[in-house]
Amino acid sequence: MTLAITIAILVAGGVYLMLQRGMVRIVLGLLLVGHAVNLLLMSAGGVSRRDQPLLQFGWGSETADPLPQAFVLTAIVIAFSIAIYMLTLAASGSDDDTEDAS
Amino acid sequence: MNAALLPLFVVVPLTAAGLLTFVQGPRWLRRTLFLGPSAAGTLGGAGLIWLTRDGTVFAHNVGLWQNGIAIPFVADVFSALMLWTTALLALVCSLFAVATGDDERTFFPALVLVLTAGVAGALLTGDLFNMFVFIEVMLLPSYGLLAMLGALGRLKAGRIYVTVNLLTSTIFLAGVALVYASAGTVHLGELAGAAQESPAVALGMGVVILALAIKAAVVPVHGWLARTYPFTSPAITALFSGLHTKVAIYAIYRLYALVFDGDSRFLWIGVVAFTLTMLIGVMGAVGENTTRSILVFHMISQIGYILLGVALFTEIGLMAGIFYLIHHMIVKASLFLSTGAIEHTHGTGALDRLGGIAKREPLLGLVFMGAALSLAGLPPFSGFVAKLTLVIAAVDDAQWTAAAVMIVVSLITLMSMLKIWGGVFWGKGPKSGLDEEAPTAAAGSTESSEAAGAREPTASTAILTRPKVKTSLIVPGLILTTITLGFGLGAHVLLELSAQAAANLMDTSTYVEAVLGR
Repeated sequence: MTLAITIAILVAGGVYLMLQRGMVRIVLGLLLVGHAVNLLLMSAGGVSRRDQPLLQFGWGSETADPLPQAFVLTAIVIAFSIAIYMLTLAASGSDDDTEDAS
Repeated sequence: MNAALLPLFVVVPLTAAGLLTFVQGPRWLRRTLFLGPSAAGTLGGAGLIWLTRDGTVFAHNVGLWQNGIAIPFVADVFSALMLWTTALLALVCSLFAVATGDDERTFFPALVLVLTAGVAGALLTGDLFNMFVFIEVMLLPSYGLLAMLGALGRLKAGRIYVTVNLLTSTIFLAGVALVYASAGTVHLGELAGAAQESPAVALGMGVVILALAIKAAVVPVHGWLARTYPFTSPAITALFSGLHTKVAIYAIYRLYALVFDGDSRFLWIGVVAFTLTMLIGVMGAVGENTTRSILVFHMISQIGYILLGVALFTEIGLMAGIFYLIHHMIVKASLFLSTGAIEHTHGTGALDRLGGIAKREPLLGLVFMGAALSLAGLPPFSGFVAKLTLVIAAVDDAQWTAAAVMIVVSLITLMSMLKIWGGVFWGKGPKSGLDEEAPTAAAGSTESSEAAGAREPTASTAILTRPKVKTSLIVPGLILTTITLGFGLGAHVLLELSAQAAANLMDTSTYVEAVLGR
């Protein structure tokens, strides 16, 4: 439940920011939505019914699923690199808050 | 064939790209590294078509991990056809970029090669998450390429492009998460038919397909395409038009056939959306007045045609769609390259500032005319065969509205091709005498526009001093127009291959067996 609420809040904030006109806010919005999707991927591994794989000798259905975590790592790296590129675009263009949005 | 060779389609361009970032050697060495992988990819793709033409499916587990854990690379005749076409387009567009001098820009060749590697990976992979990764590999260099070259407004276009694509990729990823949560796997072999059995998986896959539809620019999520593609350099527009949206289309075909197993419950959504795409795309083109923006709107319209094949999901529908896809990639790139050659030489693609090209450049006129007639669907070009089979397929499936729309849209397409022809190729030079600002040799390149400005031709001598289009700029378009003529005259070769590809999509058991290694 905690995960679901967190995802919902992140998506709401992200969508709100993305609908703003400034490029920096759009980037921040996309980052928030990106985090929400990363958490969604984590929850796809069934976090509520699985435990951490430490200090236990059981494998399989009781321990955390490593695959979604690997997915999230990959997704974080990709989102990070694109975010930097977008911030470069935001810095190299004109200030779009004062301009017509055409 | 040894299936272990499949990853080479990705590895070779990536290695060459890596080398190109630091090799300072002579120009011929850098050009070989730039053009070599695409040329090799074209040959390899042709070889793969030959090996898979009887319906064989090759699969290889990358890293030799065991089935189910490994990321498989899979090639059937559909992926082989796509590999060949994308590599050919990459080669031809690279040749065009060499002719325009785009390839002298820092990292340009390396970025193009990473792009082609991403495309090959996305076409070959048999894993949903890996497909996401390869689509990102394909998009990352594109962000750079789009904002690096081209006219004013390319940064604004770059912003729209990155924002839309990042959001779309995020949606794709959310879809992958939902599929993993409901099906417990993202392996395409294990997902086969899963969406038909479980509504939860169908919902997750629906999100994935929605993301792919945004990337393919299906109406009503097509707006970004028309506002970004016209602003970069012509070579890049041609390359993107051939690769980006078409990889998304390929993925829609593959995933709907494999994971939904061609589920007939959802097909009506596709028929409605894709018919609208045809109509609205072509209507958008009517209001445009530069060559590339007209062509970009036509691209949206044609995407509707291509995807209608999967929305019919009959054997002949899929065959027509696949034939259309291959035909369209080649023709569209040819159109972008021939108008790009004019834009590069005369510095503008605006219809009212050009004219009389056909008289001065008869060969270029011929190249454009051939491709334009093919796009509109006139014999003896491949467009005729593509449209005819698709109309037959739609009538066969009793989709009368779609068939009627297809024919009407063809007529409007022809009209708008004639609009470009009349504005750019016919007449006696620019009609409105707007030419005082001097034709610039290359759009967006400041040195050359200054050099051209220094000549200061008066309005009367402007036409005489206007530069000729270089032959090396015409040849890439000529190659592609010749191929579309070839596919029109010898249509049965490509039709048979498309029919085999369609059969593989209708009956996915060979694909699944190959991927799972059973």
